[in-house]
Amino acid sequence: MTSAVSFKQVSRHFGSVRAVDAVDLEIAPGEFFAMLGPSGSGKTTCLRLIAGFEQPTAGSISIFGERAEGVPPYRRNVNTVFQDYALFPHLNVLDNVAYGLMVKGVGKAERLKAAEEALSLVRLPGYGARRPGQLSGGQRQRVALARALVNQPKVLLLDEPLGALDLKLRENMQEELKSLQKVLGITFVFVTHDQGEALSMADRVAVFNDGRIMQIGTPEDIYQRPKTRFVADFVGSSNVLPPDFVQRYSGQHRWGSLRPESIRVSSAASGDGVAARLVGTNYLGATTRLALDADGLRLHAMVPAGTALPAEGEAVMLTFNRESLHLMDEPA
Amino acid sequence: MRSDRGQSAPLRLKIAAACGLLFLHLPILLIFVYAFTTEEKSFVWPPPGLTTQWFAVTWNRPDVWEALSLSIRVAAISTAIALVLGTLCAAAVSQTRFFGRETISLLVILPIALPGIITGIALRSAFALADIPFSFWTIVLGHATFCVVVVYNNAVARFRRTSGSMIEASMDLGADGFQTFRHVVLPNIATALLAGGMLAFALSFDEVIVTTFTAGQQQTVPIWMLEELIRPRQRPVTNVVAMVVVLVTLLPILLAYYLTRDGDQIAGSGK
Repeated sequence: MTSAVSFKQVSRHFGSVRAVDAVDLEIAPGEFFAMLGPSGSGKTTCLRLIAGFEQPTAGSISIFGERAEGVPPYRRNVNTVFQDYALFPHLNVLDNVAYGLMVKGVGKAERLKAAEEALSLVRLPGYGARRPGQLSGGQRQRVALARALVNQPKVLLLDEPLGALDLKLRENMQEELKSLQKVLGITFVFVTHDQGEALSMADRVAVFNDGRIMQIGTPEDIYQRPKTRFVADFVGSSNVLPPDFVQRYSGQHRWGSLRPESIRVSSAASGDGVAARLVGTNYLGATTRLALDADGLRLHAMVPAGTALPAEGEAVMLTFNRESLHLMDEPA
Repeated sequence: MRSDRGQSAPLRLKIAAACGLLFLHLPILLIFVYAFTTEEKSFVWPPPGLTTQWFAVTWNRPDVWEALSLSIRVAAISTAIALVLGTLCAAAVSQTRFFGRETISLLVILPIALPGIITGIALRSAFALADIPFSFWTIVLGHATFCVVVVYNNAVARFRRTSGSMIEASMDLGADGFQTFRHVVLPNIATALLAGGMLAFALSFDEVIVTTFTAGQQQTVPIWMLEELIRPRQRPVTNVVAMVVVLVTLLPILLAYYLTRDGDQIAGSGK
């Protein structure tokens, strides 16, 4: 089966900056694929390479088996939902959504009907006569989505589409995007810097850093079995443990990762474990994040809210299951 | 935010403001009054009598029509050239980054900062050097130098407020460069271009200095008026033409003002 999107050793350099550096990537048809990484990691450039706004410096890109280099954005069967939505302020909502069909020469009645259907799909029926300026951020986001979907793209690109929304709205949109993708069966490529968003929505996640892919895998893979210290730290802020520490508990001299929620904290007197000192608490609502100092090694633990906590500065004992200590292959 | 809201300004300030406005605008009214005077050799106050005969006289003077027609043609063509060049230049400067961008931006604005007499002398010597005879087109070239600036400034300001991703969105949705320009770029900068164009037209219409250096024997309306003031007869004809010039230049400027004001609201509402 041909991949929906395929990158072979793709690089995009801006002068001496390697925004994307020798990236290999295969996205399957119908997949919900997330590109996750900090800002400047190359994930957005990858998206723009698929859309056609950027051309690769080296390597080859194909979209459903067709070579994409040199093909302008308007000849690609790929549509984008922009971070700032990029709605046309001089057109009303219905004409915004129908724009793609209008430039393709679809007749007025037909394209307005299709646009109205697309608006129903994103649950904004009857909003066609309004101007983008009269809509809330969440509604604009839906219009941008409808405008991209009305062209029936083979691949839908989403550039941090939920970044500007408040928490509640973002959670709703996450669910909606996910179910929309299931219904339509279109390949979604989603760029985000929010690991929670990537883990909850995507079928597979690619973690980017410095223009390279650090790891590709299912959300569970990425979270439970990070390959590198960067992935362990960036996805879920895992504790990265140095080889000397790991050797004492697993017998192997390798880097390890230990999730904050895998650490149990008890008062110092009881049992064996890692002796540490509580240096700070951070109340997060459902959980409390503890900052711990284990003989110079800074660790974080996550405990449910309501747990009885020792006072700051007191000695504590840390315990964890050996299975939750994950060993990493690469030191980087 | 004003601290003195609800309080009215002191009386002395009001009088000072009124005097300032009168000083600015009374002389213009005087011009209108002299258009109706019966005294044709010199401007005496008060006018010895009032008449509308000068309108008929002006109407029948072929030199007035020639000057007016030349001015309108020059202004129209300079504006058209300025619209094309100014828009292209503004698009390049605001949408892309390239070596020397700031320099080009400065060089484009320079003609309006330079005294007209320098632009005029420079063009005259350049035309002489290149052996180009003075003609309609030399006037147009001279005027285009400052008309471009006006259009450029208006267009650049609008481009800066227009989201760059809108153009990408249009391309992404299947529109090629031409379609994107027609359906997205043009509607978003149209009012700015109209405003810039009308301002350019008005500037060109009453330009004297650059025209003196580039016109040769032809007379645009302002040049014709200067010549006319030296002549002893039919002086009020100049005033009639002056009234027409005020109307022809004032209306586009007012329109331009209202259009850009509305344009700001349109551009702002998209954010």
